[in-house]
Amino acid sequence: MTDLLAVTVIGSDRPGIVADVTAALAGLEANLEDSTMTLLRGQFAMVVLVHTSAPVAAVEQALAPVTADGTLGVDVRPVADVDSQPVLGADHILHVNGADRPGIVAGITASLAAHGVNVVGLSTRLAGELYVLTAEVVLPDGVDELAVRADLDRAAQACGVHVRLVPVETDEL
Amino acid sequence: MTQAVGPAGDAGDDGVSWTMPELPPGTVREVVRAPAEILATAGAAVDPTDPATIALAADLLATQAVSPGCVGLAAQQVGEALRVFSVDVTGHPKTRTCHGAFVLCNAEVLSASRKGKGREGCMSVPDLTGDVARARRLTVRGQLPVTGEWVEIETDAFEAVCLQHEIDHTEGLLFLDRVVGPQAVHRRQTYL
Repeated sequence: MTDLLAVTVIGSDRPGIVADVTAALAGLEANLEDSTMTLLRGQFAMVVLVHTSAPVAAVEQALAPVTADGTLGVDVRPVADVDSQPVLGADHILHVNGADRPGIVAGITASLAAHGVNVVGLSTRLAGELYVLTAEVVLPDGVDELAVRADLDRAAQACGVHVRLVPVETDEL
Repeated sequence: MTQAVGPAGDAGDDGVSWTMPELPPGTVREVVRAPAEILATAGAAVDPTDPATIALAADLLATQAVSPGCVGLAAQQVGEALRVFSVDVTGHPKTRTCHGAFVLCNAEVLSASRKGKGREGCMSVPDLTGDVARARRLTVRGQLPVTGEWVEIETDAFEAVCLQHEIDHTEGLLFLDRVVGPQAVHRRQTYL
């Protein structure tokens, strides 16, 4: 019987973080499943779902040497082992950019949430005064797309940014 | 095949039947950076024979020439919401077909095919790059400054990408508006 754990690691970037963390997990025969790992400015962030028979405390102990110098923080917690119900609908890429100010992500995503649009991936970058948000979103079947676009435009205008919602072309081969 | 057609390319087997008119000396202009509103403003059509358009064309080429790694520059990038841009991909390692240094006014894409993904940077977004899918075969129609002659440019590879990037600028779009997904915007690691 194995449990699904979410292992989150974040801290000052250096070569070897992924190698160290995954080696510690491999030592417990934990199986890495979906993960995302990325560099946010100088902070390297990783979230990994692992299946393991080891308890949370054992995983934390295995990762302790990785965090010993205090530059990395680790969180290990059990999560429900169920796939999320996929939202049936149309994939789109959402592009937002403009002058940075508080509330851009909140304003834009609130207008998506109001229509049941699901965010399946999102990243942001701040470069000087320029704020860039790029997201992959699913417009549920039957949604009023014109209303989604109108609300997005309103939210963008309120935040002083520009928004584009572009369908993703998937070529089935 | 590398097709080395200079700005004074003659009619021949390569199908290039136009010559970039001579421009007056240009002035190096300051390049505008995002989030400046002008970069999100679609350009107005211009009269290519208007002395102001001709001066802008010369300024774009002059500014591009002194900017390291710059292969194209649009009017929006020097603060004018107009449908004018310059291109010069001469000598770039990814260039195949090359029409040298030229300026187009009121340009539009006639046909685009063979999409490929590449990583783009832009002088107006100096700290970020992005992965963008664009056509590698392209036919563009536009007017030359000075004469106003309508020309069709058939190109490929890097020049095709550059033309699409610049035409986007004249329509108020940045490469950030075309990146392929949430993980496709990158903090620049190296600067030219």
